[in-house]
Amino acid sequence: MLKALFNVFWKMPQGFWVTFKHIFKKPVTLDYPKKKKPMAPRYKGLQYLERYDDGSERCVCCGLCAAACPADAIYMEPMENEKGERLAKVYEINMIRCIFCGFCEEACPEEAIFLGREYEFSKDNRDDFIYTKEMLLVPHPRKGNPVKELLRFVRRAYGIGSIRR
Amino acid sequence: MLETIIISSVQVLVVVFAVLTACAYTTLMERKVVAYMQHRVGPITAGPWGLLTPLADAIKMIFKEDVVPDRVEKFAYALAPIVTLIPALLSFAVVPFSDDFTMFGYPVRGALSDLNIGVLWIFAVTSLGVYGIILAGWSSGSKYSLLGGIRASAQMISYEIAYGLSIVGVVLIANTLSMRELVTNQASDSIWFFSNWYIWKQPLGFFLYLTCAIAETNRAPFDLPEAESELVAGYHTEYSSMRFGMFFIGEYANMLAVAAVGTTLFLGGWTGPFLPGIFWFLAKVFVIMFFYIWLRATFPRFRYDQLMNFGWKVLFPLAILNTMVTAFFVVLD
Repeated sequence: MLKALFNVFWKMPQGFWVTFKHIFKKPVTLDYPKKKKPMAPRYKGLQYLERYDDGSERCVCCGLCAAACPADAIYMEPMENEKGERLAKVYEINMIRCIFCGFCEEACPEEAIFLGREYEFSKDNRDDFIYTKEMLLVPHPRKGNPVKELLRFVRRAYGIGSIRR
Repeated sequence: MLETIIISSVQVLVVVFAVLTACAYTTLMERKVVAYMQHRVGPITAGPWGLLTPLADAIKMIFKEDVVPDRVEKFAYALAPIVTLIPALLSFAVVPFSDDFTMFGYPVRGALSDLNIGVLWIFAVTSLGVYGIILAGWSSGSKYSLLGGIRASAQMISYEIAYGLSIVGVVLIANTLSMRELVTNQASDSIWFFSNWYIWKQPLGFFLYLTCAIAETNRAPFDLPEAESELVAGYHTEYSSMRFGMFFIGEYANMLAVAAVGTTLFLGGWTGPFLPGIFWFLAKVFVIMFFYIWLRATFPRFRYDQLMNFGWKVLFPLAILNTMVTAFFVVLD
């Protein structure tokens, strides 16, 4: 009986106080579409295909990324260009199959494919999820300007700048 | 004669509309308050601070498909939400919202009707709500619904005994059953405007009333019959769209009715200094609703046998004790 009184008049108000004081603390909710948290530098998002500094593609269509992919999401066909170098005629990643594990990035011997920080790419139908080589390649770098080259190097090293990479 | 008919009709429309809107906004208030107590924000997208969320909910509910399983007893299935909602709204007929006033020269009563057995009306009408639960649970043709309905109705009738007895003390002190007179008895002209409230004379009665009311309206921590993890959704599993909407509104209307009756009996109704009566009434009802929601956010729910134990072996003897002690003091006076 005494224990019941103790519980009701001492313990229960303590419980009430705990929930009450949380009203005045700052909520942890992020107002998502209006505010977004930046992802970590090594976040595994959408892929991109790199180029050398003179603009030629790094990918030689060796097929190691397709072999490493656990979800069998990559398809490629090789071709030869005018200089006799091997590159990809068709290179497609099916983003619905892709599990964003990063094995393709680890397997590539040319350091051609990386996983960037893009994660907001919803589409209205399944066919739009097949990303071709043109969609995956990074834009041709501007040649020459050493300041821009330095800035690009610094940004990539510290993981700031464009979300794609 | 014609004037009283018109005034009463307008009053009824205003009260029904106000109660339904209050129910809708109580759902929003609950979500926001529970959210802030859990260190997050509630709905913030529809309208500023999420204020249009009940409108969005209403539109969503109307557009949903009305799925009726083919094993139901059609008449009872259709009747159950109505039998749940109507008694909750009916109990507002005797609640005094404010003092009597005159508008454009016509006298307007503070309550919809000044029944001289107002308290008895409230308890009789709210007891009818149990039928809705039993009908819903049984007519749905599903084991979960039946179990949920049986449990809910058993819980409600168990707590009704202590519920009724808890206000007998107030009635003994006030010597009247009329709601309007109960409020006017609690008015006070001094600076301590709350000195005549019945909560000071009947603290145990108020505690019993509130606890039994929470059990009656199937709210946390007594909400086992409708807990999502226990029985899917209990007795309203098989209801969708507007039928479910009526159960939903009925539950919140019951909460509001219980809060309104509680303020009338224990917290002095519409009495208060300076501001018009309706404001004080709404403020007190708001305080009780906040307490309801605060209780929900704080404590886990009772197990069913603990719940029945509590109702019969703890609250019922306490209610009898309260009545006896009050009667003793009233006779001595």
